[in-house]
Amino acid sequence: MHGTRILQEADRLMTVCNSCRYCEGLCAVFPAMEMRRAFSDGDLNYLANLCHACGACYTDCQFSPPHEFNVNVPKTLAVARAESYAAYAWPRAFSGAFARNGLVISLIAALSVAAFIFGFAAINDRGVLTGIHTGPGAFYKLMPHNAMALLFGAALLYAILALVMGVRAFWRDIGEPAGMTTDARSLLQAVRDAGELRYLDGGGVGCFNEDDHPTDRRKLYHHLTFYGFALCFAATCVGTLYHYLLAREAPYAWWDLPVVLGTLGGIGLVVGPIGLLSEKWKRDRVLVDAQQMGMDTAFILMLFLTSVTGLALLLWRESAAMGPLLALHLGVVFALFITMPYGKFVHGIYRFVALVRYARERQMMVHGE
Amino acid sequence: MVDLTRRFDVLVIGGGNAALCAAISARRAGASVLVLEGAPKFYRGGNTRHTRNMRCAHDAATEILTGPYTEEEFWKDLLLVTGGQTDEELARFMIHESKDILNWIVEQGVRWQPSLGGTLSLGRTNSFFLGGGRAMLNALYRTAEELGVDILYDAEVIDLVIEDGMFLSAQLKQPVGGKTEVRASTLVGAAGGFEANIEWLKQYWGEAADNFLIRGTPYNRGTILKMLLAKGVQEIGDPTQCHAVAIDARAPKFDGGIITRHDSVVFGIVVNRHAERFYDEGEDIWPKRYAIWGRLVAAQPDQIAYIIFDSTVVTSFMPTLFPPIAGATIAELAGKLELDAAALEKTITEFNAAVQPGTFDHTNLDDCATQGITPPKTHWARKIDTPPYLAYPVRPGITFTYLGTRVNREARMLMKDGKPSANMFAAGEIMAGNVLGKGYAAGIGMTIGSVFGRVAGREAAKNARN
Repeated sequence: MHGTRILQEADRLMTVCNSCRYCEGLCAVFPAMEMRRAFSDGDLNYLANLCHACGACYTDCQFSPPHEFNVNVPKTLAVARAESYAAYAWPRAFSGAFARNGLVISLIAALSVAAFIFGFAAINDRGVLTGIHTGPGAFYKLMPHNAMALLFGAALLYAILALVMGVRAFWRDIGEPAGMTTDARSLLQAVRDAGELRYLDGGGVGCFNEDDHPTDRRKLYHHLTFYGFALCFAATCVGTLYHYLLAREAPYAWWDLPVVLGTLGGIGLVVGPIGLLSEKWKRDRVLVDAQQMGMDTAFILMLFLTSVTGLALLLWRESAAMGPLLALHLGVVFALFITMPYGKFVHGIYRFVALVRYARERQMMVHGE
Repeated sequence: MVDLTRRFDVLVIGGGNAALCAAISARRAGASVLVLEGAPKFYRGGNTRHTRNMRCAHDAATEILTGPYTEEEFWKDLLLVTGGQTDEELARFMIHESKDILNWIVEQGVRWQPSLGGTLSLGRTNSFFLGGGRAMLNALYRTAEELGVDILYDAEVIDLVIEDGMFLSAQLKQPVGGKTEVRASTLVGAAGGFEANIEWLKQYWGEAADNFLIRGTPYNRGTILKMLLAKGVQEIGDPTQCHAVAIDARAPKFDGGIITRHDSVVFGIVVNRHAERFYDEGEDIWPKRYAIWGRLVAAQPDQIAYIIFDSTVVTSFMPTLFPPIAGATIAELAGKLELDAAALEKTITEFNAAVQPGTFDHTNLDDCATQGITPPKTHWARKIDTPPYLAYPVRPGITFTYLGTRVNREARMLMKDGKPSANMFAAGEIMAGNVLGKGYAAGIGMTIGSVFGRVAGREAAKNARN
């Protein structure tokens, strides 16, 4: 017996699939399944997070509905995955944030934006908030750099702490002993597999989205989103280093590294989320966990707002709109940081960890270690 | 919407591998093609839904095949499994053509992978479909659609108009739209056998057929085969025979596919409803042993049997869909199976006493045998003495039938007088009996379907042009 109904169903499906194995060439889930004859809660949570939801196994399955065996692996694992996010949330008191995630994230984002706007207005004169500021240190007329660095540094550190605690819970749940992370080969393999989204391609042809014609669109949009996010993050890091190491203050010229990285990343982070969202809306409902739509949409919108407000700030930074736009952008980014451990962002973390474990398992199997 | 008032160059009846290969090859040859699949879209493709590989000859190892499998070796294997019940000219032609099919089928969008977990013995001879048979079908349907082949589902053909070996039209019945006359210059019959037609099976098997489970969809009813044979096409293959394996008795009546199979016979004993053994469980290794047990169980009372083993061998075979039924004692197990406890205890005690020492090796015909009991267990005989005791109930699972239409190398049907039909072709299970008169070799049904489907489509297109 399993802890939840969805794990019970996942167990039933893995038993069906393990006696078939036709899908073993499609992704990592089925080879991992074949290494087991019985499935604990942790095993099923591991498989759920290993699944990239490409949908190929549903389209290829001779037992998917309306067949009486009713095999729907992508949807079942999507539900199990979402439930696992809540189960691993730290502190546990916040796991409820996953239940009505769209609402929670929207509220936090709105509050955060409002706090920055009111904060700016309270600290600064009206003339400063809506004034025109140019040259180095222009942003810090509205909020001192050290305050900004302290606030965002603290938010980021909190997010990292909560994520690490979540990963710890996941790692224990899937029955991994401590110290396994030192295996560099598995880590490297997982970085490669995650970096190229190796398992979001239906075994080579692409994802199944609105019908039974596979496409690579989701993979492309996810790459734009992920690498766009990475570039934006890099821009922030470079800016911080400039500030403290080189004493060069923002805003930077359009050709300067933080702006180039941020702009390129920002474009990816506009196009990617729009693409992901449109694919999501088109996606065959039979493949998705409808309960999760709010969480997915909230995360995609947060990423989209981050890039749009950032790009708007770049475009209008020399106008009177700079103050309100800065408040808006900082508000969105702050909300993004503090909600990271309590929303869809965690999918990347747990999936990566599952990939590390999978790489490790494969090596053990191949080398008979 | 498909325009049914037009006259098609090629009408393909059926929707599996053979039908789609025929449709694609005819369309590529420039013909207009209509495919009539009797099943709804989800159940399209007949037995192809449940397949996973194809046996093709090849002269060297490939990315997915571990070594060469020459035409000669393929031919010898075929000769062995059919006991010579094959048309040598057609069989050798098919084997030769199978080499090119390895590439041709990839050009139609199908993807290969190395042999599946648990099927290592086929790694050299058989190419596996990435994602299985339904993935293969999906690829063929996508290609056919992109090429402009017209396809109708739930499209039941209720009559064929054939005059002097010449196809004129088909009577189509659809859930919406009712009856329509469909005209075409040529016909490709690729609608499979009659394994899902219990009434037809009863003609040869009597009431026992009621206890058969059908491994494929309920749509493999053989109606096209029956019409063709009734309208002058020459028949081939033993009508009384079908391919049957032992599958779990808890499987659904239809479409349980491959996952209900049991391959644990060699690890224990098999008893019937009277708790008595009835055949040497250690006679031969996979895959031969796999194919005989359906027939053996069909001959037992109520067409049911029980594979009985103990807890020491549970992990020796692939995990099963249905869990084994367990008992702490033989008597408890017998109770759960509704067998006579004393009789089962007696059978197992006698069996255990007859087991001789030996070195167990399930990958070879080992030296673990019984002595002094009938029937003997000639290999892999080990005592059943470690509780819990376990059992799988099994019934005959019917895969396909052998009766078919006679064809020549063009896949053209031959009429009862031996003359080739003017415009009728056949491919797949409906004509498999030409090559496979008896027995089975893994993946050969798909070879027959793809090779003769491709040929039938090409020849039908040529025929339609003339």
